[in-house]
Amino acid sequence: MLAADYRGPYRVRAGHKALPRIEHPQDAIVRVTRSCICGSDLHLYRGLVPDTRVGMTFGHEFCGIVEEVGPEVEALKPGDHVLVPFNIACGRCHFCRQGLFGNCHEANAEATAAGGIYGYSHTAGGYDGGQAEFARVPYADVGPTLIPDWMDPDDAVLLTDVVPTGYQAAEMGGIQKGDTVVVFGAGPVGIMAARCAWLFGAGRVIVIDHVHYRLEFAQAYCPAEVYDFREIEDMAVFIKRQTDSIGADVCIDAVGADAVGSALHSLLGKRLKLEAGSAIALHWAINSVRKGGIVSIVGVYGPTGNVVPIGNVLNKGITIRANQASVKRLLPRLIDHVRAGNIDPKALITHRMALDEVSDGYRIFAAKLDGCIKPVLYPNGGQ
Amino acid sequence: MASFLTKPQTVDPATVKGWGVDADPRNDPTYPYRVRSDGEARGMTWDRPSLQKPRVEVLRSVEHNRLPAVLGTSVPPRGASGAIRRGAFRYSESDWRHWLMLLAADRADMVEGLLDDLARGRLPNIPAEMGVRAEWRHNRAGLIRKAAVVAVVSAAAILLLRRRRRYRRQDREHAVRAWPEASMQDGRRS
Ligand SMILES: NC(=O)c1ccc[n+]([C@@H]2O[C@H](COP(=O)([O-])OP(=O)(O)OC[C@H]3O[C@@H](n4cnc5c(N)ncnc54)[C@H](O)[C@@H]3O)[C@@H](O)[C@H]2O)c1
Ligand SMILES: [Zn+2]
Ligand SMILES: [Zn+2]
Repeated sequence: MLAADYRGPYRVRAGHKALPRIEHPQDAIVRVTRSCICGSDLHLYRGLVPDTRVGMTFGHEFCGIVEEVGPEVEALKPGDHVLVPFNIACGRCHFCRQGLFGNCHEANAEATAAGGIYGYSHTAGGYDGGQAEFARVPYADVGPTLIPDWMDPDDAVLLTDVVPTGYQAAEMGGIQKGDTVVVFGAGPVGIMAARCAWLFGAGRVIVIDHVHYRLEFAQAYCPAEVYDFREIEDMAVFIKRQTDSIGADVCIDAVGADAVGSALHSLLGKRLKLEAGSAIALHWAINSVRKGGIVSIVGVYGPTGNVVPIGNVLNKGITIRANQASVKRLLPRLIDHVRAGNIDPKALITHRMALDEVSDGYRIFAAKLDGCIKPVLYPNGGQ
Repeated sequence: MASFLTKPQTVDPATVKGWGVDADPRNDPTYPYRVRSDGEARGMTWDRPSLQKPRVEVLRSVEHNRLPAVLGTSVPPRGASGAIRRGAFRYSESDWRHWLMLLAADRADMVEGLLDDLARGRLPNIPAEMGVRAEWRHNRAGLIRKAAVVAVVSAAAILLLRRRRRYRRQDREHAVRAWPEASMQDGRRS
């Protein structure tokens, strides 16, 4: 089959690979119909995530048609068109039973800190992902969810990650009616977090980035007040000035390890690898939130460590909340939101490409070319 | 000195004065993530799924006491990078050596991947893999600028190296002329 093939930092190509097969009685094989490239993939693409092996197929946001199921699969049958949450979760362990599907203990041999994620390095379990014609889907009765017939598969594919992650970012912010919420990052996740902040009753939503077309999109779509951090001399002072000198009630980090905006962090974290990427957006979030405020982190960082002003977290009495999104937990609510028109996921899709254009897809998304917000690959012609 | 590690030290909460008097289930910053309905079922006591039989080498974090029920089987460790990875897995996820060795292995893997391609008689089209076509289409000026910078920098570097080599040669000749015995003594004259 055709599949994306990682060859080293900044190098992904479409190549031929053996078909995946059932390796566990609860596995299914799906024929992929849609598969996104995500900001999380960019951390892999840039070589920031340890144990990213050459030859791996990335892709944790995909939908597909069930082709074959293992002997213990009961809920799915061949022909079903399903959306596949990015978390691989058993549904039975201590964590899954608490709704922490992003923290399953039965899906990742290589690490205990991270759950299992499709196509996300061996640090997330070493599973090949969905940027391919076919994918192996473990615990097929737990994660995969039938796409309702009224739902456009282009909406469905964004329910595998972007929408739940943005929603959970806002949810973890504990937003109360009238709160001022600042979202760092106007990528798909940040845009969705800002959109969802309103659903929780935010009084003001401010989005920070430096890519103008994305800020303009966020301004209209979320809608939100937007600012370019390159025009701001000092983020903490700026947010204080915006909030009667108190600070924001909630700050959301939707940037993660690939943040730009600090030469020091870029040198330490990205060039020298002495930090797990650059944590400047998180630094800004901590220093811009009010005392007693909440910082919600969905931006992804590597497993080593980052330099952040933890002393200010203490002195200001900040609550930090963070996680990989628990997609399955949120799906019923989010499907309702899509149906009610509260969230319009597919509006984020700017690029629709064939699987063999994957090298260009990564470049366009990573370098923010051609007004790209969300690129989606269509293996098997989307059928 | 006695070790704390070898003495049994279990404390029975029932014997502690004031135990639980301020317990408050609302004091839960994890709302709404942690569903606590299954009360006392703590620890690794769940009814496990069937276990996958590993058919390739799977490295296991030392923080696990057993393999999880399902396993990823993409690219098992191989070659020099695989050896480094195996070494890295002697250390826990809490140990920097674990991650730094894995990053080193990733870079070695990249070289091995290149050799692998060549061994199969395939010259990888690296610019294409890096999406140069997209840059050409959507960022032509930027791409040309980058290419020009690379060209100028490498031309300058070559020039500098050449000049430096020429000077060094002249220096050597000069030295030989100035101190003929000395240079003969350490046998470098020729
Ligand atoms: N927790 C989860 O479950 C989860 C799921 C999906 C994605 N993520 C993470 O969310 C983050 C965003 O994902 P995405 O798909 O939107 O990625 P993206 O790369 O498209 O967006 C990131 C945006 O942040 C901007 N940015 C860079 N530095 C900044 C700074 N200092 N301040 C403000 N903005 C800055 C970039 O210009 C870009 O627009 C990534 O780290 C990704 O790994 C987490
Ligand atoms: Zn994603
Ligand atoms: Zn589980």
